[in-house]
Amino acid sequence: MDIHIRDVSKRFGAFRALRDVNLDIASGELIALLGPSGSGKTTLLRAIAGLESIDAGQIKFGEEDAARLPVQGRRVGFVFQHYALFKHMTIGENVAFGLSVRDKRHRPAAAEIQRRVQELLELVQLPGLEKRYPNQLSGGQKQRVALARALAIEPRVLLLDEPFGALDAKVRKDLRRWLRALHDRTGYTTIFVTHDQEEALELADRIVVMNRGGIEQSGSVDELYEHPATPFVFDFLGSTNIIEADVLGRRLVHQQKEIATLHDSIHPNGPVDVYVRPGDLRAVEANSPGMDVFVRWVQRTGPIVRAEVNLSGTETVLTVELPHLHHDVPLFKADARLRLRMMQFSLYPRGSRLPSRSVVEPPILIGRERERARLS
Amino acid sequence: MSVDHSLLDPPKLPFEPLIERNAVITEQPWVRWLLTALALVFLSAFLLLPLVSVFVEALRGGVHAYFAAFKEPDALAAIKLTLLTAAIAVPLNLVFGICAAWAIAKFEFRGKQILITLIDLPFSVSPVVAGLIYVIIFGAQGWAGPWLAAHDIKIIFAVPGIVLATIFITFPFIARELIPLMQEQGQDDEQAALSLGASGWQTFWNITLPNIRWGLLYGVLLCNARAMGEFGAVSVVSGHIRGKTNTMPLHIEILYNEYAFSAAFAVASLLALLALLTLGLKALVEWRHADELAATRRH
Repeated sequence: MDIHIRDVSKRFGAFRALRDVNLDIASGELIALLGPSGSGKTTLLRAIAGLESIDAGQIKFGEEDAARLPVQGRRVGFVFQHYALFKHMTIGENVAFGLSVRDKRHRPAAAEIQRRVQELLELVQLPGLEKRYPNQLSGGQKQRVALARALAIEPRVLLLDEPFGALDAKVRKDLRRWLRALHDRTGYTTIFVTHDQEEALELADRIVVMNRGGIEQSGSVDELYEHPATPFVFDFLGSTNIIEADVLGRRLVHQQKEIATLHDSIHPNGPVDVYVRPGDLRAVEANSPGMDVFVRWVQRTGPIVRAEVNLSGTETVLTVELPHLHHDVPLFKADARLRLRMMQFSLYPRGSRLPSRSVVEPPILIGRERERARLS
Repeated sequence: MSVDHSLLDPPKLPFEPLIERNAVITEQPWVRWLLTALALVFLSAFLLLPLVSVFVEALRGGVHAYFAAFKEPDALAAIKLTLLTAAIAVPLNLVFGICAAWAIAKFEFRGKQILITLIDLPFSVSPVVAGLIYVIIFGAQGWAGPWLAAHDIKIIFAVPGIVLATIFITFPFIARELIPLMQEQGQDDEQAALSLGASGWQTFWNITLPNIRWGLLYGVLLCNARAMGEFGAVSVVSGHIRGKTNTMPLHIEILYNEYAFSAAFAVASLLALLALLTLGLKALVEWRHADELAATRRH
């Protein structure tokens, strides 16, 4: 079932939880709503489910306007963060609930319900547990029961609210892969909410990044990493260095020193913020374009070597990250001086910096400078 | 160190079981004994002794006199009226209590804080005042008095007044028990049921009610104990008409004032027995469902 969200807005008192959200979800897609807490992602999910009313806009399931349907009529499978299993019912009764509360005309026969329950428990790899009670299961098992219960009503869309939030790291990773495999097998249109970018990147076909009740950007992992539309997206998807600089023609200047050359000329002259990831900084030879830095300290954390450097002659501090086997690593010694080049970076107008995004909205200039490594 | 254990040896703990005797944070033995003894002496003097004395006094005149006290028509009428009052007040407060707790725990609305305060009102107001309120409203000289007299409806000095006063006094017990429980449980279960297609009634019956059942039972027991034992408010509205508007507590008072100690204590012992039964049931519920009730620890 494809879903169309048109100009949806929602307020809680003075707080604008959703601002004119537009989103199209194709049938069978697995979508992540990613954002910090308070970004509106859960509100959007609950609005799709019908658990939250909307003040304006449309939510369409295919051609049908779902906003007018009550939650019971929408046939959505909603999986809660804390599972919300019915404690006084067995696992079997939990899974059967959606079928057994139907009115007589639509309710399958008892034997048919039993068969469905067996089938679903096998699908979520928990066969034979139907006589147990929820408090006898582990967190990961509960999550899968909640999923089976939601799937029992053959939902038009499956909605998961922070599905792995309450699980420990190991179970979370396993369950993530398992859910991806389940989706590939069953093909339900699925939307899940998360604040964990790694989870979103690993699981989803498409990621919708939300902030302050609006959608910042939606796209595949590659699109988000290669073309972050806003400083927020850039920052939310990983660690970030920010350098205040000025565009002068094709030169990018930081405190009277050229730090990079621009290869396309769509950037008007003026002050910008340069966003560059710690992993996109590489040492280059002294005569090639780049910025001179002074290494303050180097620290290895597992497979990553992290260095903190000063831009020479300034107070600006940058973080550099390298894989520990990278051939640049020996160059990074405390007090060493070397030249760094930004292999990939984004330019945003000054003042669009977090968290004051609302000052300049939407971004008037989106630039991106990319150059693949040409290091030998 | 030689190792001469066999796998066939019974398993042994490598160290003493961890019974916490942390000298730093535990009091000296004599302090502990003193505190425990103080508590026990206090309990015995102020709770156990009176309770025992009720039964001792009741049986002073012998078993025959004890049972004779219940054969008296006025005593029987008082017992009946008490049971009737509880039988009306408790179910009504069950419904009101669930409604109030539901509204407070599951919805956000203006004036919610006022509603919570109002629910506590019967706890904070003296029962005599509660009784007087009804006299002012429904009494012969009260606001609704002339109208009621014209339609030949008797509320004050009659059973309806007693029931009303009892409902007022016992209202908070069930609501107070359920509000924290329902607030802690949140709405996830209900919303899950709704999203699975259940109607509002199915959700209430299959999900909400089972979730609160032990807290509800607990509240009902407390409410019932108070409904049967209420004296102050009922005393104001009852009029003390023997055989008609006397509940057990009022009957006991009358007997006592007439120096019929044996009979007074006999009826009192019955009331005490009912209270003990309630306490026993409450303890049973607490023991069986300690964790589910943990959220409601307020009284």
